[in-house]
Amino acid sequence: MVNTKYFLKGFISIKGTDSPAIALAASFIAIGALFKNIGLNIQESIFSTLLTYALPGSLIMAESLIVGASLLNIFLAVWLVNARLYPMTVSLFPLLTHKSQPRLKYYLACHFIAVSAWLIMKENYKSVERRYRLDFWIGVGTANLLVAVSATVFGFSIADHLNKDMMIGLAIVNPVYFTCVMVSAMKTIQMSLAVILGSVFGILFYFVSPEWCILVGGFTAGTLAFFIGELKWQLT
Amino acid sequence: MAINIVLAILVTSLATYISRFFGVITSKKIKENSKIFKWFNCLAYSTLSALLARLVIFPAGALAEVDYLTRFIVVFICLMIFIISKKNFVYPTVLSALLLAFLSSNF
Repeated sequence: MVNTKYFLKGFISIKGTDSPAIALAASFIAIGALFKNIGLNIQESIFSTLLTYALPGSLIMAESLIVGASLLNIFLAVWLVNARLYPMTVSLFPLLTHKSQPRLKYYLACHFIAVSAWLIMKENYKSVERRYRLDFWIGVGTANLLVAVSATVFGFSIADHLNKDMMIGLAIVNPVYFTCVMVSAMKTIQMSLAVILGSVFGILFYFVSPEWCILVGGFTAGTLAFFIGELKWQLT
Repeated sequence: MAINIVLAILVTSLATYISRFFGVITSKKIKENSKIFKWFNCLAYSTLSALLARLVIFPAGALAEVDYLTRFIVVFICLMIFIISKKNFVYPTVLSALLLAFLSSNF
């Protein structure tokens, strides 16, 4: 079961000035409104945010529904854009493992992997006793998912009152939040290189393949940053 | 609409969950102080950064209706505010929405 004390500790960590709640809410308000505009009902909208809980994937699904893409196309496009969740999981879950926790819990808890919760955990894991880190993580994830679902419902219900300029305003919040997060992650040479090269290669590969640019660009940049960082470590 | 919405939602969720699922399987074998963990950390940040660059420079949806320079100026101003405010995430995020909505409705 989940340890209530650590769950709640994780749950309230969404408060504070470094919280992703605003960016998360703005993005999902926009998604909620978009869902309404393309013809989803409220149940389908909630169902989508609850089950997918990854913004770029939901956007791709919405676009695909508009153009009438096939299910296989949706699957591949979403998988490609959300494949970043794989390295994110691998770079977080080894910090949360403890022999007292049942294996199944990890497979359920990994659903909460998304930039927002991932960052809170990366910043705070050292302050939580290892045995209870997974419970803390489930608290963080639940709080973030609740914000996302509530924002979807809110966006869906105010969709008719949002004009084009407001939708544009909401759409910039997530990239701005992302930029701030990436800049504050640049603490070592290795991390700085990963961030800078990631955006450079992401753009360069876009000209080769818009679908594969995140995955191939990110892989190339991350691997280069790792080796350059290691080389520097050995030289000093 | 050609395809069933519920099916599309399920397919989207499955395509998203598999990356998380395989991430858990892989992390079973990885120690937090190993080199491979460090490498995956680099990969996580670089793929996020690649996604961010794509969102700002080649956006889809509503953002695509604003010109490139306007998007860039808003991101830049908000980043400066973030640095000046000693890494407060609230000011730049709130301001970004207001600023871009204002710029896109007036220019």
